[in-house]
Amino acid sequence: MFAFTIRRIIQAILVMLVISFIGFAVQYSIGDPVRDMVGIRVSAAEREALREKLGLNDSFWIQYSRFVRNATRGDLGTSYFYSKPALQVILQKAPATLELVFVTAMIIVLVSLPVGIYTAINPKKLFSKITMGISTVGVSFPVFLTAIGLIYLFAVELHWLPSYGRGATVNIGGWETGFLTKDGLLHLILPSIALSSIMLPLFIRLIRAEMMEVLETEYIKYAWAKGLSRRRVWLLHAFKNTLLPVVTVFGVEIGILFAFTILTETVFQWQGMGFMFYEAVERSDTALLVAYLVVIGVIFVLINTLVDILYGLINPMVRIAGTK
Amino acid sequence: MGHLLEVKDLKVTFALRFGDLTAIDGVSFTLDRKEKLGLVGESGAGKSVTGFSIINLISKPGFISEGKVIFEGLELQSLSDKDIRSIRGNRISMIFQDPMMTLNPVLTIGTQMIETVMAHKKVSKKEAAEIALEKLNKVYIPSPEKRLQQYPHECSGGMRQRIVIAIALLTDPSLIIADEPTTALDVTIQAGIMDLLIELCNTENMGLILITHDLAVVSQVTEKIAVMYAGKIIETGPTDLIVKKPRHPYTKGLIKSLPGAQQPGETLNQIPGMMPTLTDIPKGCAFHPRCEIHESVCTTKIPILQEAGQKDHLAACHLLHKTLEETNGAQSTPEQDN
Repeated sequence: MFAFTIRRIIQAILVMLVISFIGFAVQYSIGDPVRDMVGIRVSAAEREALREKLGLNDSFWIQYSRFVRNATRGDLGTSYFYSKPALQVILQKAPATLELVFVTAMIIVLVSLPVGIYTAINPKKLFSKITMGISTVGVSFPVFLTAIGLIYLFAVELHWLPSYGRGATVNIGGWETGFLTKDGLLHLILPSIALSSIMLPLFIRLIRAEMMEVLETEYIKYAWAKGLSRRRVWLLHAFKNTLLPVVTVFGVEIGILFAFTILTETVFQWQGMGFMFYEAVERSDTALLVAYLVVIGVIFVLINTLVDILYGLINPMVRIAGTK
Repeated sequence: MGHLLEVKDLKVTFALRFGDLTAIDGVSFTLDRKEKLGLVGESGAGKSVTGFSIINLISKPGFISEGKVIFEGLELQSLSDKDIRSIRGNRISMIFQDPMMTLNPVLTIGTQMIETVMAHKKVSKKEAAEIALEKLNKVYIPSPEKRLQQYPHECSGGMRQRIVIAIALLTDPSLIIADEPTTALDVTIQAGIMDLLIELCNTENMGLILITHDLAVVSQVTEKIAVMYAGKIIETGPTDLIVKKPRHPYTKGLIKSLPGAQQPGETLNQIPGMMPTLTDIPKGCAFHPRCEIHESVCTTKIPILQEAGQKDHLAACHLLHKTLEETNGAQSTPEQDN
């Protein structure tokens, strides 16, 4: 476990270096921040002085190493628009996105597991066939279209659910949560359904396919031959083996969900990181964009580390490799 | 009553989209406690399907369409799902071919043993673990306590097959069906596993059905042999007779093709052609296209099992009179080996 942790930390550092390098390279080549910061009337000499003061005349590598050094101290630059540290801006927006992704992930897990298992065990039942049909359509439907459709149906036509924003939130130690009020929860429903609509069909199909493959294996046939109950064969012997590839994919896909929040949050005016990113692009707030990239990178690394640990708990062969 | 197991005119059909396929066609045999029966044949002869059909565990879309499987007085083929489950792994245990594939890779050996005991006996987990330890000792596994904590991949192939045998013994069954139990193992380990099976069969008072393509193995350990071809038993009888005086041309071919039947350096004998697939079984005797001595009657009429000279020795061939002469003439070869 110790060796595993060390290896993960080294990997994480490498990944973060690459992400920060890409992020910084983009910012570096996008252009001169001084031009955005000062007015037309500022003279060339004054601009040059400002550049010198900000260190913009240093070579790329010196600037990059300064960026990394600052980043390790939690300083990811200053947002031009908000005139606040970029990290602070992002952390203010983070709870909204994290809550949205969390609820979405819950929906995916709670729906795809039972549905995937059921359709694998009963491939010929009508329910399975309908599910497979819908999931094919679902996979190919873009999230913003789903979102707009949901808003039209449930907010505009039926007036059942709110169409935008987070509703009433409660502040707990700086974390704005929508989980504790009825209004906040109602506001979560449509965005999380829209966001889950991308991954849900994929996971149902993945779990079904994996489970069907596992059900054909010798050890499942052997489990039947031992006279075990259906529950035990399906939910322990088959399911645990089904989980292995699913957990890996889940880790990657949850990371991708963060990327998809940009679309979903924009459609629902959800005040999270994704919506912030969209606005930052429109305002050419490059420092904020780079900071967003780095934060998303950290989230990705964290999630994948968690998933690897989880994978090790399920798969005994990984544990052996880890202790060596 | 009487026999431990009696299979009567068993017919297994696979319901496929383009029609029904008969995989097993009228197979009959009996088995008593301590008796060992060898089911022999090439791949696709229906040996394994026969084995699985005894505990009614044929892969879909196969099912038993005719015949009876009578085990300890119970007609297994008509039992409900729940009732047959109380027989599977309890009164009848199976041993599969590849021990690398039969144990679940993500569950400890202890879990896989204890669950089997608890599925059939009303015992606590602790008592189940004690039974597991006792059986692991019986198959000569060193430090069994440690094994219970381990996962299958931490054990070697031979060790795993011993564990599978130990699992088969957990509920003190009266019949073990072993489907190619040594095929996937090293030759050096094969003999040990086979000896163990035979020993346990005698000490635990169990019947054994040994499914294999390896006539050499079967001839050493079983009392009875049934040779299968294209879903039918084509020759059956006491092992001695089948090995020394085979009457069906197919059985003769099998015995001739054993390595050791010829001088070193000579090419090995083989039966020309291949086992027909279920979709195009030849008319008449299914073996006739590969048979060296076949006559016109073989291409039209299906031969039935008939007495072939000695008691309990049956063969399904129209030309038994011809094969007898041949047997007498060629008899010298196996005797020279002895």
